[in-house]
Amino acid sequence: MSASLEQPAAARPSRRGWLFLLPVLAFAAVGVVLALGLGRDPQTLPSVLIDKPAPSFALPPLPGRDERGFSSADLGGRPMLVNVFASWCVPCRIEHPVLDQLAREGVTIHAINYKDAPEDALAFLRALGDPFTRIGADRQGRAAIDWGVYGVPETFVIDRDGRIRYRHVGPLQPRDLEQTIRPLLEKLAR
Amino acid sequence: MRLRKRQRLLLVVLVLLLGAGSAALVLAALGEKVSLFVSPSDLVARPLEPGRSLRLGGLVEPGSVERGADGEVRFSITDGAHSVPVVYRGVLPDLFREGQGIVTQGRLEAGGVFRASEVLAKHDENYMPKEVADALKRSGHWKDGAVEAQR
Amino acid sequence: MIAELGHFALVLAFAVAIVQGTLPLLGAARRDAALVAVAPPAALVQLLLISIAFGALVHLYVVSDFSVANVAANSHQSKPLVYRISGVWGNHEGSLLLWVWILALFGSAVAAFGGNLPVLFKSRVLAIQALIGVGFLAFMLFTSNPFERLDPAPLEGRGLNPILQDPGLAMHPPMLYLGYVGFSTTFSFAIAGLLEGRIDPSWARWLRPWTLAAWTALTLGIALGSWWAYYELGWGGFWFWDPVENASFMPWLAGTALLHSAIVVEKRDTLKSWTILLAILTFALSLLGTFLVRSGVLTSVHAFASDPARGVFILALLVVAVGGALALYAWRAPSLQGGGMFAPVSREGALLLNNLLLASATATVLLGTLYPLALDVVGGPKISVGPPYFNATFVPLMIPLFLALPIGAVLAWKRGELGGALQRLWLAAAATLGVSIVLLLVSDLARGLAILGYGLGLWLILGSLADPLGRAALPGGGLARFWRRLCGLPRASWAMVVAHVGLGVLVIGVTATSTGQSERILAMKPGEVAELAGYSVRFEGVREVRGPNWIAQRGTFAVSRDGAFVAEIASDKRFFVVEQRPTTEAGIHTTLWRDLYFVLGEPAPDGAWTVRLYHNPLVVWIWGGAVLMALGGLLSLSDRRFRVGAPRPARVPAAVPAE
Repeated sequence: MSASLEQPAAARPSRRGWLFLLPVLAFAAVGVVLALGLGRDPQTLPSVLIDKPAPSFALPPLPGRDERGFSSADLGGRPMLVNVFASWCVPCRIEHPVLDQLAREGVTIHAINYKDAPEDALAFLRALGDPFTRIGADRQGRAAIDWGVYGVPETFVIDRDGRIRYRHVGPLQPRDLEQTIRPLLEKLAR
Repeated sequence: MRLRKRQRLLLVVLVLLLGAGSAALVLAALGEKVSLFVSPSDLVARPLEPGRSLRLGGLVEPGSVERGADGEVRFSITDGAHSVPVVYRGVLPDLFREGQGIVTQGRLEAGGVFRASEVLAKHDENYMPKEVADALKRSGHWKDGAVEAQR
Repeated sequence: MIAELGHFALVLAFAVAIVQGTLPLLGAARRDAALVAVAPPAALVQLLLISIAFGALVHLYVVSDFSVANVAANSHQSKPLVYRISGVWGNHEGSLLLWVWILALFGSAVAAFGGNLPVLFKSRVLAIQALIGVGFLAFMLFTSNPFERLDPAPLEGRGLNPILQDPGLAMHPPMLYLGYVGFSTTFSFAIAGLLEGRIDPSWARWLRPWTLAAWTALTLGIALGSWWAYYELGWGGFWFWDPVENASFMPWLAGTALLHSAIVVEKRDTLKSWTILLAILTFALSLLGTFLVRSGVLTSVHAFASDPARGVFILALLVVAVGGALALYAWRAPSLQGGGMFAPVSREGALLLNNLLLASATATVLLGTLYPLALDVVGGPKISVGPPYFNATFVPLMIPLFLALPIGAVLAWKRGELGGALQRLWLAAAATLGVSIVLLLVSDLARGLAILGYGLGLWLILGSLADPLGRAALPGGGLARFWRRLCGLPRASWAMVVAHVGLGVLVIGVTATSTGQSERILAMKPGEVAELAGYSVRFEGVREVRGPNWIAQRGTFAVSRDGAFVAEIASDKRFFVVEQRPTTEAGIHTTLWRDLYFVLGEPAPDGAWTVRLYHNPLVVWIWGGAVLMALGGLLSLSDRRFRVGAPRPARVPAAVPAE
């Protein structure tokens, strides 16, 4: 058709070649943004409570487990964890073995049972084990709001003075133990 | 050959025109058509001028929800440290309730009241990954997450 | 057992994909027929294996096997069967399996129906397709195995998000993925073409059915999603410019550009390197969409977000696939032969303008979507980019596009006459102007933008119809001849007309809904009457009703106009028992001219209920227009000359008559 008008492109690539590099360069820029976006450390949550004393609260016990409940008075003295869980939460099931493991190692873990029916919570603990020292039943989720909890599960690390030092959102996984929780607990125990 | 040159020149001019045009549009729009995402503590620490389009995120403070007779709702949004009063006219999202994480889009009025034009509720209290909550806190787009996942 | 079978099938499919992704490429390079011949059967075996895996997951959902973590997290025995099935793709792992299955489907379709492709080229295409599959199968097997067991197994599942329990949404992801993943074939064609170093009109002709199929599915998928958001979310809107919507819209824009530029390659053997670039970018944007939705980097929060390993994995996939393709492009594209020339005013020129405008539009959407992320990365303030941004950038780019479209469609190839084109369109132009002026006179002037929208829509419809009607209405012969001439036009021309008319219908619908919507937010007591856009709406009160897995408060409204009864409309506030979550069902009464859209809100202490009443004019035109556009795609697909697998015609006679 128009073959006669075509100019052999091979004569030009050196001059036009850079144009064809533009897409890959633009993509590289996008890729860097995406990679940095991924790399944003999720642990650096802008939580307003970090390094502040835990909020004061007093939660009733889970009926049928014990009579103590869980309140601000139980915090402090030594480094410990506070875990927010619910029986209706599948990720809580997933992280439960990790908590069990920690409890066996002698770490004190208290729990806030979030918006749960007591009998369901007890069944959950019977089936999966009960690593908790104290459990407070937060049926309305009021205490959880004071803690700034957005969902379950969440786990807080509390230091000797009862201050919140770290907050983990979502299920704890073994690598979280290795990378953050254990080192932090050791540091706080020193 | 002259024809080809003219053709290419025209193309280059067209591309430049369009490129400059869209770039101008984009820059103008990015300057004034985006909403800053703030938390109640941000607003208290660094008050912003009234009338600016903002997204305010946090938890609905328990006991703060008052429904007026004309469909107007008043409540406060808190992040645990500070809270900001909000007024909204309209139907609240299904998942709106006290203690629920929400994001509101709107403007700050003189007097420190936030007038919301849109209220978006967080989709679920049961999240798998920690990134979600992180995103929640950082996000401008909260909305019903599962909805977005599907679209 | 079934879960393990599914898992095993996936592992096998992974192995087959590796074979299919390497041997044929090697064979093509060495001209080894035996290695090349591996590709087609491997593609079919892959489809079989992934079908087994997909079937296994569906089975696990149907029988509610909660020992599988994915089922336990996303299903429940009380769910109706259809939603137990659609629950399969209502979550990250399952939808990924659907993604991979559709990828295999397209791969085997190329293997089975690509009879007109040269053997070497076909094997290269299949190999690239398989390499994409390798990436995604690895992603699934290593980070997102849908068959993972849960021990101990819970007695009951967590249920599916109630707003996803909906027929529109059950269909939406498969449709959307058909589009997304369909563009993998155009990507593979582009890479195979670059590897061979031969891009010519026949390449574009082979590409055509696959682009069309993917584009049609994506059009329908986006329309379904928008329709679902409209009736399910209860906000009365149809498009929110939210990142996940944008993620599906960007490949659509690029795919639309590709569809048009490929015509230029096919007819005129020019714009080749640009078309290749578009083919790569379209799929790149599909992958980017997948990344944005699943990695959790974007501010849109959703059930799919996942652990960081997933984000890293999918980013690596994106970098390898797209970065590799673009690098190959930078290396090979400069040596592509330049094509035929054309005057600025010509069909090619018009299609080029279409491409430039669509590409700019894609870029503005991409920028708006990624800007908050980029700002956050550099430590800037957290912002959100919403509809105001997109209205200010996207819409101005569409205006020249729509203005030029009917003219471009009647220009001749190579060198067109603007005067001649306008002559053929003068009736349409005059009618458009006339109607716009009348609209301007009868409505208030403040609505100038609305009138521009209506005018553009009308211009698209009339301008697209003018040409075929004008051709058929040659003097002499009366109605019968007119009809015969009309039917004699090639199907591909009709396809274009239908798609462009559909666009016009959509533009009118969007304009009417976004500028003419009436909204009232009220507190109504039972028995009260409200006026809305000429209708009297009487609130009849609220009662309780029960569904299969929900309990609802149902508010009923009786609507009348000038004393005549129009309809009774009910809006529910449903409470899903298992999921412990409420949803709102808007009450919608649809006619061709308007929707009445009522949403029941909360009760106030004094017995009144908050209600939101919308009158949405012409809203159904939006989806009608999208369906017409998709119909255009199907019509074009059915044109004999381009049919998949149809024997290659000896010589396409002047193809579409040079309108």
